[in-house]
Amino acid sequence: MQSQVEAGREGGVISSAVAARRAQVSIFKKGRPAEDVIRGYMLACGILSIFTTIGIVIILGNESLLFFTSGELDFIEFFTSIQWQPRIGEFGILPLVTATLMTTVIAMLVAIPLGLGSAIYLAEYAPLRIRNAFKPILEILAGIPTVVYGYFALTVMTPLLRALLGDNTVQIYNTASAGLVMGLMILPTISSMSEDALSAVPRALREASYGLGATKFETVTKVVLPAALSGVLAAFIIGISRAVGETMIVAMAAGAGPNFTFNPFEGAETMTGHIARISKGDLSYDSIDYNSLFAIGLTLFVMTLALNLLSQWVSRRFREVYQ
Amino acid sequence: MSANNTPSNYMPSGEAFKRNLAGRNRRGGIWGTFYYLSLVVAIIALIALFLSIINQAFGYVVEADTISPTELVEGGDLSTLDSPALAAILLENVPGRLIVYTRDTLSRVSEDVFTRTPLREAVAGSTLPAGTEDLDITDITAEQRAEILGANLGADVLVDYVTEDVVEANVERAWSLFESIPAAVTQLFGQPNPLLVEAIEEYPDGDFYFRSWLTLDFITSRGSDEPTVAGIRIALLGTIWVIIITLGFAFPVGVGAAIYLQEYATDTPLNRLIETNIRNLAGVPSIIYGLLGLAIFARALSDITGGRTILSAGLTLGLLILPVIIINSQEALRAVPSSIREASYGVGATKWQTIWNQVLPAAMPGILTGTILASSRALGETAPLIVVGASTTIFRNPLSIIDKFTVLPIQIFDWTSRPQAEFRAVAAAAIIVLIVLLLLLNTTAIILRQRFRKSLQG
Repeated sequence: MQSQVEAGREGGVISSAVAARRAQVSIFKKGRPAEDVIRGYMLACGILSIFTTIGIVIILGNESLLFFTSGELDFIEFFTSIQWQPRIGEFGILPLVTATLMTTVIAMLVAIPLGLGSAIYLAEYAPLRIRNAFKPILEILAGIPTVVYGYFALTVMTPLLRALLGDNTVQIYNTASAGLVMGLMILPTISSMSEDALSAVPRALREASYGLGATKFETVTKVVLPAALSGVLAAFIIGISRAVGETMIVAMAAGAGPNFTFNPFEGAETMTGHIARISKGDLSYDSIDYNSLFAIGLTLFVMTLALNLLSQWVSRRFREVYQ
Repeated sequence: MSANNTPSNYMPSGEAFKRNLAGRNRRGGIWGTFYYLSLVVAIIALIALFLSIINQAFGYVVEADTISPTELVEGGDLSTLDSPALAAILLENVPGRLIVYTRDTLSRVSEDVFTRTPLREAVAGSTLPAGTEDLDITDITAEQRAEILGANLGADVLVDYVTEDVVEANVERAWSLFESIPAAVTQLFGQPNPLLVEAIEEYPDGDFYFRSWLTLDFITSRGSDEPTVAGIRIALLGTIWVIIITLGFAFPVGVGAAIYLQEYATDTPLNRLIETNIRNLAGVPSIIYGLLGLAIFARALSDITGGRTILSAGLTLGLLILPVIIINSQEALRAVPSSIREASYGVGATKWQTIWNQVLPAAMPGILTGTILASSRALGETAPLIVVGASTTIFRNPLSIIDKFTVLPIQIFDWTSRPQAEFRAVAAAAIIVLIVLLLLLNTTAIILRQRFRKSLQG
């Protein structure tokens, strides 16, 4: 390459340009196998993520298929029966689903108003100094392992509920306690995502609203919040998705045993709680119990995937674009 | 000019408006207070969480021994005895446990075949009594078992066993910190300590003292069925092993994928699919990763991973944090100004030379911060490891990556679900260790970020 360039330089302006182009061409023609290998490795890393998804789908699907073709149950029974008792061959996922729904709804009753409220306060009301001080605190709250929240539910929230409402009303393991603590766990996620959405609303909108004589509260609820709606809704849906998939809090505080009930003060086992409890014991491969876990897992996966896709769709569909 | 333009009509006024305005402001004030209170509730929750843990981890206890150490040795100090003497105490008091001790400490083979393997293999490397090499542990006499223990184990290990199973110091009752403080204050003012009075009444032989469940011994001793001597050494080692595997797998793969997506990928359907896919993987519940790890690493690849082992757990967590590492690294790479790349190309560097020498060093602080935050998530994960098959009762250090494992969060989960109230205190102490570890990691991430940022600017 060097010699070609030098050769071009000797032979005047035009030939030097030609030679330079030739030299350039030769650079690109020269294969760089090492670079291709590196590029291939990095492409493989990216593709691995697709294989993870395919792996999840195939494994959940395959084991669930084994479960449904085992002859112990039929497909309709799985979604309609209100009993989950593997011992006597009853596999109805409804009690697990209702327990999941109950803990999720209770968690959202805590997390949505408090999360959105604190987000509005931080984004619209709080002086900068307070905002800078409190954001890290919310981040700490978000970083605490869920097993610690489970411990908190069992040692603080449950005794508190029992003291307030009476030992007869509230069982030792109950969905209310698990749901409330789960709400505290999800609060920072909703708060920080909503706060980002609110802060992204341009200042001009607020000022226009004040200019029309609106109060601060009216500006926030009638101008800023609708403008940030896509982000706030996406935050809610992500929160719901996390509540559905949360395991440790419900495994520790919600109860061990499927129970078809809508009483939040009774124990009931969620889908995740059931998977955790059954796999904790000595689980033998190819047993109906083993396969049933994957059928529950598939239901859970479909639910959370739907929620995540919904969240992405909402944030695209309702996004307001400002110049 | 019409009368409409006169100032009196230009601004709204009048009684009705003023009343209305007062109402609007009041409503705004009420809601403003609500917004403020929701933040306060979040802070109170955080404080309550920390206080409840500290509350359980310290406090007065009454402890009583089943057999007093003074009955076993003159002066009651077990550490003055040598190994054979301690083994003799075990032989005398708990002959039935000797097999278990041998298995937990000296075994070189797996648990299920230990009692059927000749001692020569089962406890390879240990000194054996003459003539027992070809027998298995169930064939020899209790005296010979004690002899093996006495000859091969250090006094410190045997002291642990004697303390735990012979002396058996049981915590009869434990008070929380908030119950203990008022009692201690009463004592300070010269009044009798009410808890001490209660303790003497109920447990006259007991030993009443203020106990911190979080001690150096707690960190260095192994797990146990006795709350007083239970420790987290094995869980801590397990956690370290698992995190090393997790990062060893997820860091190179995650950064590689991020570089591909950020530096090489053009807008093709495949690349778009990879992008969307990674975002969706980040939202999959962790327990699903547990099922994936159970089916693939623990079962299908059990020849390589050895089943439910540290390796399986590490790889499972690796898959779990992979999307987080990719997304964070992509963000860090995106933040590198394109002028750096252009300048590098301008002096004739190839694509990879540009990435390796210019882009990666500039993006490294961001990538490292993201990786540390991802590993702090892996550190606290419990659910997937339960599914992959963490054991809760392991009493010896993990020896290799294809060994059974337990980790700190699993140990906390196990202790919390036990019925004895003392284990709540032990779990609280373990939670403090876990949270301190997490805070250390996060602080490191922040310091790293700032140091790199400075060096980039300088």
